[in-house]
Amino acid sequence: MTATTTAPRAATPVRTEGRPNARLRAWATRAPLLPALAFMITVTQLPFVATLVISFFDWNSLYPDARSFAGLANYGEVLTDPDLRRSVWTTVLLTVAVVLASLVLGLLLALLLDRRFRGRGLVRTLLIAPFLVVPVAAALLWKHVLYNPEYGLFNGLLHYVGGPQPDWISETPLLAVEASLVWQWTPFMMLILLAGLQSRDHQQIEAARVDGASDWQIFRHLTLPHLRRYLELGALLGSIYIVQNFDAVFTITSGGLGTANLPYTVYQTFYQAHENGLASAAGVLVVIGSIIIATFALRVVSSLFREEAGRS
Amino acid sequence: MNVLRRKAPGLLAWFAGVVFFLPIAWMALTSFHSESDAATNPPSFAAALTLDGYREFFGVDGGASPWPALINSTVASLASTLLVLLLAFPAAYALSIRPVRKWTDVLFFFLSTKMLPVVAGLLPIYLFARNAGLLDNIWLLVVLYTSMNLPIAVWMMQSFLAEVPVAVIEAAQLDGARLPTVLARVVAPIAAPGIAATALICFIFSWNELLFARVLTGVVAETAPVFLTGFITSQGLFLAKVCAASLVISLPVLAAGFAAQDKLVQGLSLGAVK
Repeated sequence: MTATTTAPRAATPVRTEGRPNARLRAWATRAPLLPALAFMITVTQLPFVATLVISFFDWNSLYPDARSFAGLANYGEVLTDPDLRRSVWTTVLLTVAVVLASLVLGLLLALLLDRRFRGRGLVRTLLIAPFLVVPVAAALLWKHVLYNPEYGLFNGLLHYVGGPQPDWISETPLLAVEASLVWQWTPFMMLILLAGLQSRDHQQIEAARVDGASDWQIFRHLTLPHLRRYLELGALLGSIYIVQNFDAVFTITSGGLGTANLPYTVYQTFYQAHENGLASAAGVLVVIGSIIIATFALRVVSSLFREEAGRS
Repeated sequence: MNVLRRKAPGLLAWFAGVVFFLPIAWMALTSFHSESDAATNPPSFAAALTLDGYREFFGVDGGASPWPALINSTVASLASTLLVLLLAFPAAYALSIRPVRKWTDVLFFFLSTKMLPVVAGLLPIYLFARNAGLLDNIWLLVVLYTSMNLPIAVWMMQSFLAEVPVAVIEAAQLDGARLPTVLARVVAPIAAPGIAATALICFIFSWNELLFARVLTGVVAETAPVFLTGFITSQGLFLAKVCAASLVISLPVLAAGFAAQDKLVQGLSLGAVK
């Protein structure tokens, strides 16, 4: 892609009769942007401010009259409550494990797909398919059709080789959730890394090959450094989506067996336990975690963005 | 030896593709088996095929019909996608063709809202909906899905509109065409493939969404993913029905995803990767 993909042109002067004053013109330029901006601020920023306010109150919606200002008490409770602390830890484990595993698998698949072979388009389509199953449907598929200890496909296949017949979800609940997510997210990583591989400088690689560099040397010293930012981008975007994961946890284990992550816990705290203040405090903590990831993510996106814009 | 070395990556890629696709293929096969054939160990690969799973899912012989949920999902996804395009298209214009000052800052503001987790605003939105009588109302989901997808759409469309040749736009303006006309008649047709890809990706995200729908809808505005959560607890022999349901509800997403395959990365990476 050339620079024109992202670099906007300098504003072209508009021909009008007489000269409208500059301020009016500036507003005319801004006008098309305003509806979208106003919409986003209303629907995403206001609720968050409300969450922040509610997080300072002791408020159970079953006892609406007993609402009182609680200061930082909710945060204290979230951070000391063993269940909630456990869910923070679960969130970290789940996110790190899924992102790393799908990134490594995605890289291997992208390297394979970067070569020419018969049926490459079809294989690519087969590999993307898991990402295009509705997340709840994918979770149901893993829970009932693959993991079921009596008639699931995994134990069915193990049966052929005389293997054991484990109860996957009860024995390794977190791993069971993670495996289903890795299956769905590997294609995502593969697509990003494949785009990265295809934007390599092929002349440089040819030159290295002519100079007698081995495949491994080319991968280690040319491909990997080039892919670094794509790996970072995949990891960060994956983290943003998986930190928020609700569907898989809700469907496969219903948050049981130590798999409740923060989004599930927040959902449960206010939807089932009606503890509004506590749920809000937990929500704010999720946001703080996300902001930390997002700061890095924005930096990576922004550097790729500038690189694209400056490549002219 | 050389042949093997040359063919190995292709074979390995094929093997990986088949392994990743296997669960979906198995789901499709199971959906056409009878319930008793679906629940055998070892699995029955060659059992007789039947449409009973689909009959069960669609409630042909009684039971809950999935149609209201499917229609709700269709309305929510299509309406929010349309609203997203209506808001994102002019915004993308003001960020690419006639950029406002500090346009990159605005672009990054949109991106940052995407990084705010859904749970952060869920409770106030729920309380607001309850007080305003909007619980179990599909149009509330339309608004929320629009906010969920607008940043992605703005980013994608910004990069697509920047590809429209500036000379074409200037020529139209010299002919005296006004901004809405220029957008509709000149810019939109040229950027059409990009806009279509944007629409497909927004459609997918809206169709898949569970958390908002689960919390904010009940019997009337229930969406397809919420309908699927009815299968979380086992109900005796129901594998063929689960597979049929999962497959039917995933079909629109599979179709949209394959249609947008080439632009999928760009959308999912918020325009950062082309």
